[in-house]
Amino acid sequence: MHKIALGGNPNSGKTSVFNALTGSHQHVGNWPGVTVERKEGELRIGSEKFVLIDLPGTYSLSANSLDEKIARDFIIDKKPELTVIVIDQTNIERNLFLVLEIIEMGRPVLLVLNMDDEAKKIGVTVDSDGLAKFLNVGVCKTVANKRIGIDTLKEQILKASNRQDKPKVLKFSEKTEKMIQNIIPFFSNYGEELRRWFAIKALEKDEHIEELIGDNKFKQLTLKIEELEKSISSETDILLAEERYAIIHGIAKEFIKRVLTEEDRERLSTKIDDIITHRIWGIPIFVGIMWVMFQLAFFVGGYLVDVVDHWFSLFGNYLASVMGNSLFSAFITDAVIGGLGAFAVFLPQLFVLFLFISFLGDIGYMSRAAFVMDKFMHALGLHGKSFIPMILGFGCTVPGVMAARTLESKKDRVITILVTPLMSCGARLPVYALLGGIFFSPHEGTITFLLYMIGIIMAIMMARIFKSTFFKKEETLFIMELPPYRWPSARETFGQALRNSWLFLKKAGTIIFIAVIIIWLLSVFPAGIDAPPQDNYIGSIGRVLEPVFEPLGFQGWEAGVALTFGILAKEIVVGTFGTLFTGQEFGELVEYEQAGLKGNLIQGLKTVFPDGIAAFSFLLFVLIYTPCAAALATIKQEIGWKWMWFTAVYLFVLAYAVSFAFYKIAIFFN
Amino acid sequence: MHPKLMLSQLLKDGENIMLMNEMKVGASGIVKAIIASPMIKKRLLAMGLTPNTPFRIAKVAPLGDPIELSIRGYRLSIRKSEASCLEVELSEND
Repeated sequence: MHKIALGGNPNSGKTSVFNALTGSHQHVGNWPGVTVERKEGELRIGSEKFVLIDLPGTYSLSANSLDEKIARDFIIDKKPELTVIVIDQTNIERNLFLVLEIIEMGRPVLLVLNMDDEAKKIGVTVDSDGLAKFLNVGVCKTVANKRIGIDTLKEQILKASNRQDKPKVLKFSEKTEKMIQNIIPFFSNYGEELRRWFAIKALEKDEHIEELIGDNKFKQLTLKIEELEKSISSETDILLAEERYAIIHGIAKEFIKRVLTEEDRERLSTKIDDIITHRIWGIPIFVGIMWVMFQLAFFVGGYLVDVVDHWFSLFGNYLASVMGNSLFSAFITDAVIGGLGAFAVFLPQLFVLFLFISFLGDIGYMSRAAFVMDKFMHALGLHGKSFIPMILGFGCTVPGVMAARTLESKKDRVITILVTPLMSCGARLPVYALLGGIFFSPHEGTITFLLYMIGIIMAIMMARIFKSTFFKKEETLFIMELPPYRWPSARETFGQALRNSWLFLKKAGTIIFIAVIIIWLLSVFPAGIDAPPQDNYIGSIGRVLEPVFEPLGFQGWEAGVALTFGILAKEIVVGTFGTLFTGQEFGELVEYEQAGLKGNLIQGLKTVFPDGIAAFSFLLFVLIYTPCAAALATIKQEIGWKWMWFTAVYLFVLAYAVSFAFYKIAIFFN
Repeated sequence: MHPKLMLSQLLKDGENIMLMNEMKVGASGIVKAIIASPMIKKRLLAMGLTPNTPFRIAKVAPLGDPIELSIRGYRLSIRKSEASCLEVELSEND
């Protein structure tokens, strides 16, 4: 099996090329030891089999960020037979910067000049034969999202991986080449090409050179570079970037023909942008787009949720009628089917949200949203790109956490994920509605609004605290490309949303499923399925928790049970109170009223929460405490076990502290 | 006066030399020097903000920061704090 790597700038259409080449033969995992997504796929060309490894999209290989380090370490250590580099032809000069860096490694390369249709539209023509001959690499043109040019690309891959041609060594200026020769001896234990490559990286003051050659040699190296810098009275890293761009300029002059002037092209592309990031309209437009997204997620998604829920309960009832009333049948219908249902009902809404995110990303709006919101978010200790994940958190924490992937720096990404659960998600709303309706009517609207605001304030406070404790020294950047607006292909956008949904199902599904089964077992053992819950383990847990929650104003063991179940999904808190006080499980107060059980439920709740103060204390707790199993599983998948446990614990402690403080203060003044 | 700017004025006579964050929307210039931490410097260089590169300030975000540059035929957004790492020469015709 041939091993080939796929590299390229973000927004170059790299993902489209990957999908076009590998189709459905893809595996998604993480790079070893880190939580950066690693995709690989298989493809067959003629009789040969290839495995294609998708490197993270980067602008350079300076190992400044984790993505860049992963990409270059892969090429250096795993020595792929071929590195395919995807280039956005509409922005070819900046894309070539990465190409030159990879070519400097001296390993076989194939260039994919993508977005050929858009390039034509703006009057850019690249002489691909000339470029191929000049660089001694394969070059081919594609429109990957429309699957144009993919067969030629496959032929070229086959040819290039058989021939193993080394690309031409592009020389810098004479004085720079002399400096490189001065540095090469420091890397004498590497092969010819890598020696030169590391010497270039050393002159670029790469952070990872020190660990490569050791303390002593590194000190000498630093002295040598300082000496060289004195002799040219300039900085070597700036000089190298400048000369690389000079080489690119030369290539562009020779092989790229432009029909339109820069102004013409600008006029074509900036009309929409002038409105979307307008000084006055920019923010209202952003708010409007978010509003439409939620309407869609809740109406379309909400309708589908009911459909899925309906079919799951029908299926469960059918099984129950066939299998009779044994413990095993209860296990299958309640735990297994119920467990599958618990996360299957999320899927429609998640899918709609995922669809919206990938659409907004593909069309080029996400970076504009970050541009519009950055000043505000930066003032809060976050990043412009944190805004989308946090907004999504109002719908569901899961897509919010997954959307935080667009944040490049670990600091911004982790902090955003840690505070996203504080955005009150849709599943918490039924709890506010139930207790609000009983204890605060007719002011339940105000109470709900208050809770949302408290969540936002908590998120801001915690972001500030995390920023100044865990990540004190880390710098963050907002140096971000604003790609041209593009009408995305339905296949790509849908495909992306489907892949994200599948990923959620696979990764989070297992954990939710296990959690549902454990809680089910706790609720039927040891006394059995027909015994009241207080006789089973779950009741014991409730009683153990009773003194824990007493200082927050909750009387009785039922609150602890409801909160434990709430970790499965927050809306289950309502159903649990229903089961405990009326023997029936419904989602809303109206349904209890229709069943004639409203009185029982209210009476039950009023014993647990003797007054409005205790009820509000409980609502505060539900708002803040440990997120649901699906959210935790997603956090684990995105940033690892350690942060998952941290989130679970810190939010529980914070919820306890806030509820406790509120309850004690309110009681004191009352 | 900004210390970075003072240094540049000692070295060159340019009245047109300033830091990028001080430029107005619509103004064009040429990058002269980069004085930044290694991380910011590397990214600015990779994105094409090398010395002698012409650029234009295309836009400012609704809240006044970040700014949007037109450079090397594409659009790049950077915060004003990052723009203050770039010493630039204002183009005459503006």
